[in-house]
Amino acid sequence: MIFPKIKVLHSHGWQYIPDLNAVELTEEFRGRPILTPTADMTDVEAAAKLCPTKAISTAPFSLDLGKCLFCGECAMCAPRNIRFTNDYKIGSTSRQALVIKPGDEKVEFHPEQVREDIPKLFGKALKLRQVSAAGDASVEMELNASGNVNFDFGRYGVEFVASPRHADGVVITGPISKNMAEALDICYHSIPEPKLVIVCGSEACSGGLFSESKAISREFLERYHVDLWLPGTPTHPMTFIDGVMNLLRLKKR
Amino acid sequence: MKYYTTDNLAAAVALKDIPQVEYAALYEDVKERLKDENCHVAHYFARAEQNELKFYLILLDDKTHTVMITSFAMEYYDDIALPSLTALHPQMHPFEREITELYNVEFDSMPWNKPLRFPFNRSNRNSTMDNYPFYSIEGESLHEVNVGPIHAGIIEPGAFRFICNGENVLHLEIALGYQHRGVEHEFAATSNRLRQTLLSESIAGDSAVTHAVAFAMAVEKLIGNKADNNLDIERCVALELERMAMHIADTGALCTDVGYQLGQVACEALRTVTINTTQAWCGNRFGKGLIRPCGTNKPLTTEKIELIRRNVEDVRRRYNEVKEDIESSPSILARFEQCGLVPKAEMLRIGGVGMASRASGVKRDIRSSHPYAAYASSIEHHTIRQHDGDVMARLMVRCNEVLQSADYILKMLENYTPATIAKPDYTTPLQGESLAIAMVEGWRGEVCHVAITNAEGEIATYKVKDPSLHNWMGLALAVRGEGISDFPINNKSFNLSYCGHDL
Repeated sequence: MIFPKIKVLHSHGWQYIPDLNAVELTEEFRGRPILTPTADMTDVEAAAKLCPTKAISTAPFSLDLGKCLFCGECAMCAPRNIRFTNDYKIGSTSRQALVIKPGDEKVEFHPEQVREDIPKLFGKALKLRQVSAAGDASVEMELNASGNVNFDFGRYGVEFVASPRHADGVVITGPISKNMAEALDICYHSIPEPKLVIVCGSEACSGGLFSESKAISREFLERYHVDLWLPGTPTHPMTFIDGVMNLLRLKKR
Repeated sequence: MKYYTTDNLAAAVALKDIPQVEYAALYEDVKERLKDENCHVAHYFARAEQNELKFYLILLDDKTHTVMITSFAMEYYDDIALPSLTALHPQMHPFEREITELYNVEFDSMPWNKPLRFPFNRSNRNSTMDNYPFYSIEGESLHEVNVGPIHAGIIEPGAFRFICNGENVLHLEIALGYQHRGVEHEFAATSNRLRQTLLSESIAGDSAVTHAVAFAMAVEKLIGNKADNNLDIERCVALELERMAMHIADTGALCTDVGYQLGQVACEALRTVTINTTQAWCGNRFGKGLIRPCGTNKPLTTEKIELIRRNVEDVRRRYNEVKEDIESSPSILARFEQCGLVPKAEMLRIGGVGMASRASGVKRDIRSSHPYAAYASSIEHHTIRQHDGDVMARLMVRCNEVLQSADYILKMLENYTPATIAKPDYTTPLQGESLAIAMVEGWRGEVCHVAITNAEGEIATYKVKDPSLHNWMGLALAVRGEGISDFPINNKSFNLSYCGHDL
């Protein structure tokens, strides 16, 4: 019947975000933190002790977003020293750039580290194959959401495909379980050259809560070059979109 | 037969109060009890205690709202085979398989003696993902289709082996374990309670709130500190928001798989509104960071309550329009109706739980059978059921539950005034040598966490059960006889967790 459909369409209205460069997230969102050292660092020491993934160092004072699960507990523990902003632009070409130091106003992307052929070959269409290697389904759902009616990343030609043979790169989520290591390897090798690797989510960046687990194998990341590191628990669709747009030189930073 | 009888609200039980029985007696008793549809197994596991292997069995009686615990022991190196309960009641299969996989205990005449999840601490290291013993049938007209572990979409991995007769599925076997991270082991390996809380949030990311509430309840039982009314209400609002978001997501996914784009995009947008509401409350779209033991860092404020009420009302109205549209579209109904049938009797045999079981007419819902938090006080939950057990029934349970969840949220927040809620507690010592059971009805179904503490009051064993552990077999049964091209809609209609199963 047509009438119920018209009703749905009418209520649905107009949902897509017109400008992906101008998105601001809610105040509550925990993104890039700002670190402020104080003479008395006891609060930071307590926060470092509490931190479930040991993302905080006290000497020198830093916070590794690749390990951070964005629970925000350290900011409760040391409110003078650590404050989370709603800045979702936290992806980088370098794992080292994810370590936030006092005074850092942004996460450095390092465009000079991007291989020349990436924006040239994939700037107008990037097809990605996602592999969940013990991801907890939240990062996966956020990657799905990046292509949904609101974010519509497909407008830039960035899409996920079923076959690695059709893909230009692989997006890895999860800490990489031993049981999934071989399948990930096979998938990577099935993607034609040249290809890129995107690591999505703090668990994928560092192993997260499972970095010490015997069920995890991180060898893949030692063997292959990673082009984009995206922290988050899960990585917000806007973090993914921002990171990939930087990689493809689709935006000015 | 002796059981320690308790309920979902009671405090932890001292280990010495749990009766220890002989396996023969337990076998006879469980054999009879599980014939009653009001009774099912919530958990059954073994753990090493000194030089023996101790087994704990937890039964739920829905009629009397009770939880029954008993145990038995055998010598660690004893190699007597125990008569298998799976042979009588297939619902026991994941539990017996896990015990065999971890401790090499043999269950005599176990009909489906296969690896469960290939954990890193399995007893047989030669048993690996690559040599999963798939069932096979010889026949000239049969062929096999292998899917996975990597699937076409952006979802978690698992291997599906179909045996097909022409276009139709004769048998589907699902091999899991690719997602194994060692979650249970990590719980016991740390004494940092915040770390344990975050572990619970990552058991299944789409059920972060559910698992975190279960963990918080387990800890509170071990501290002997019950959550106050306000905290209970805020937790239930979060649980129902999660249920709404995921049911809406799955409605959209089902529309996608039958090529119904309007339903798909409408649901995508509605899910966005729902999870953004959660994000505006706690800073995370999946509710991570919201649920903490004994308190919260993110209490509701007047503005947040207003925002939640406004958004939930809006989503409820718009979602209801999508539901009415689906119901009035014959081309959609033709795909969903009479597809992927799991009759009630089958669902009971495999011990199905949650919304999938309710779609087959089984009245299984922890919110009403073993109430907790606000379901034990301000909300009297009415279980939503369908009776056909097909894809449509599972969709309709979802649809009706979204509307019901919205009503519950609006009711809970109607007269709610924000009050001071305690800060989370990561330090109070736990009661030693005790066992706590916490059950929560997530959007998928019954989540059951069991924590056992040592003499020092630290968690020594943590057992997690996601509803997917029971329900994966339901999906395998649903597709029997169906065209293989209907697998995706059947899969979406269950939407089970891989990481919740593999742990």
